[in-house]
Amino acid sequence: MTAVTPNTMAVDTGETAAERNKRILGRVGIYGALIFWAFVSLFPVYWTITTTLKTARDVTQGNIVPWVDFKPAWIGWRSLGLSPDTIDQVSTVRDEFLGRFLNSIIASCGASFLAVLIGSLAAYGLSRFQYKFLWMRNKDISFFFLSQLILPPVVLALPFLVLYKELALLDTRIGIILLYTLTVLPIVIWIMRDQFDTIPVELDEAAQVDGLSVWGVFFRIVLPIALPGMVAAFILSLILCWNEYFFAALLTGTNAKTLPVMVASQTGSQGISWWAMAALATSAIAPLVVIGIVLERYIIKGLTAGAGK
Amino acid sequence: MANLTPTTPSTTEILGDPIAPGRKAAGRALIWGATILLGLVILVQALGAAGQGPMHFDNWRPALYAYVLWAIAIGAAQVIIRGEAGQRALFILPAALFTIAVVIFPTFFGLYIAFTEWNLSSFEGRRFNGIDNLVELFHDSFYWKALGNMVFYVAMVLVEYAIAFGLALLLNADIRARKFFRVAFLIPFMLSPVAVSWMVGKSLMEVRFGPLAALAKELGWSQPNFFGSAWAASFSIEALDAWVSIPFIMILLLAGLQAMPKEVQEAARVDGATPWQSFWRITFPLMLPVSATAVILRIIFKLKLADIIINMTYGGPGGATDSVSSYIFRQYRDRSNVGYGTMLAMFYLVLIIIFITLLLNFVSKYMKKVT
Repeated sequence: MTAVTPNTMAVDTGETAAERNKRILGRVGIYGALIFWAFVSLFPVYWTITTTLKTARDVTQGNIVPWVDFKPAWIGWRSLGLSPDTIDQVSTVRDEFLGRFLNSIIASCGASFLAVLIGSLAAYGLSRFQYKFLWMRNKDISFFFLSQLILPPVVLALPFLVLYKELALLDTRIGIILLYTLTVLPIVIWIMRDQFDTIPVELDEAAQVDGLSVWGVFFRIVLPIALPGMVAAFILSLILCWNEYFFAALLTGTNAKTLPVMVASQTGSQGISWWAMAALATSAIAPLVVIGIVLERYIIKGLTAGAGK
Repeated sequence: MANLTPTTPSTTEILGDPIAPGRKAAGRALIWGATILLGLVILVQALGAAGQGPMHFDNWRPALYAYVLWAIAIGAAQVIIRGEAGQRALFILPAALFTIAVVIFPTFFGLYIAFTEWNLSSFEGRRFNGIDNLVELFHDSFYWKALGNMVFYVAMVLVEYAIAFGLALLLNADIRARKFFRVAFLIPFMLSPVAVSWMVGKSLMEVRFGPLAALAKELGWSQPNFFGSAWAASFSIEALDAWVSIPFIMILLLAGLQAMPKEVQEAARVDGATPWQSFWRITFPLMLPVSATAVILRIIFKLKLADIIINMTYGGPGGATDSVSSYIFRQYRDRSNVGYGTMLAMFYLVLIIIFITLLLNFVSKYMKKVT
């Protein structure tokens, strides 16, 4: 943790040999630590992807590098029906997988969309207008929304189970979407309120003087400016919903089961077929890894909004 | 909800948009009509469920639709009655009505369930049993063990914080390929805990051929078993969870570091402070507010820890790795013990609220003292 202050003025002419050695040592230390942690972060992903290509023998010998340690085969993907030679054949496993995959996409995108929609509206209202409901002012209303964040899923899980049974929402996509919306809504409101606070109120006022209604101002003026923030909130919600397991395990069965539930249910049955598990895990993480690499900017924007205060 | 009044009602008069009395009456009628409809649907359904009344729906869906209809009517009435002030209220109404419907109602319903004897696998239905569940809770050693484990898991947030701070400092240093390292460090945060339990916990830590086990053998642990003993299992679970969530803390801290004025550090360096001194005297104190936010957020998420435990150890060995959430999950899954499980959850919620309130108070007092 030491010696990481950027040494920008390193090319000082009056540098002694000892100072120079120390500086080089510092650089080596920094890059060593960086590479070490990059390895820690990426190796499990690498391990999972390569395991999809291993036969049982290669797995039990702990072989690591394809082509060098072992001869890669499509074994893991074949078991999912996604390898080049099985892709055009009928496969029940693939049908099940694609069904779960679709459920995950619908649940996470639907919930994120709904949360960003109603969350942005509420955040804009809280950022611009003074509300009063009973004894609650803006501060209290904000707190009411944010306090939902500390509610642990277990508190809601059993009441929801009973409630959804009565409402015939158990094991439906719409039911899981509503629940996920609830879990990400506080985060969306937090991010979006911060976003709207950074947009000057004068802009709204000027537009209103020009004859736009309150909603006109929001949709025509403020929304385009706040769009990057909304994308950030959407992506962060997407990550949280895509990875959610607890509610999905309790409230979905045959119809609306999502990908994490499928991954979890594979283990334990009649020994583990490592390659198949690896293929399933790879496909479960692949969309988010791609999003992480391509849209990293937005994830960081979403995470840091509001946290600086 | 009808009197969600913006405190600046004068704007409507300024804008010259007076509301005609007839319009107001129409709005009120709309509210009353919608409310009566909602009440009627609930009444009919309740009677139907009790085996009486004129109609019987298969489920409570109609009540849900009636609620949605009611919510729309309330929103429309706001605009009709109060004009522009109503339009402003319309921004916050969807989120408020949604949250009330899906949080307040289930929470109160949960409170009721918590005081009943209700096992889904037995034929007897729900039966009110007063504080029996609460008494049982106090004698449930597994529950208290799980609470103790939560103390361990929450305390480990400080270790996660220290590592994350180190990584943030590394990323903030004058380095090449910063974007690559930032993305690489962020990747674990994107991964689903369930997939991670498999990828790392079940595969990399596999006793016979997992690379991590091989590494542990090299380092002198003759028979590595990451989930065998109570302590090893707790630390392994914590390591998995830390691996996923350290990037989250790191990103928050990195943003804080980048927002920090460079001149301060330059000045310290010119004054001859060593990097170690300048970190503890300048960087760390300046980062305290961001650190507090990051750690509190992380603790809030940590208190929900369940996925990894359910998938890796299912609480074992002997409840040593149980978090409260995973223990309640087991209560429900293995024993269908809905009433008791809900009481455990409600008790946990009360503890969390007390803990978070104390924590927030402590932090805000500490901040005042320091700054």
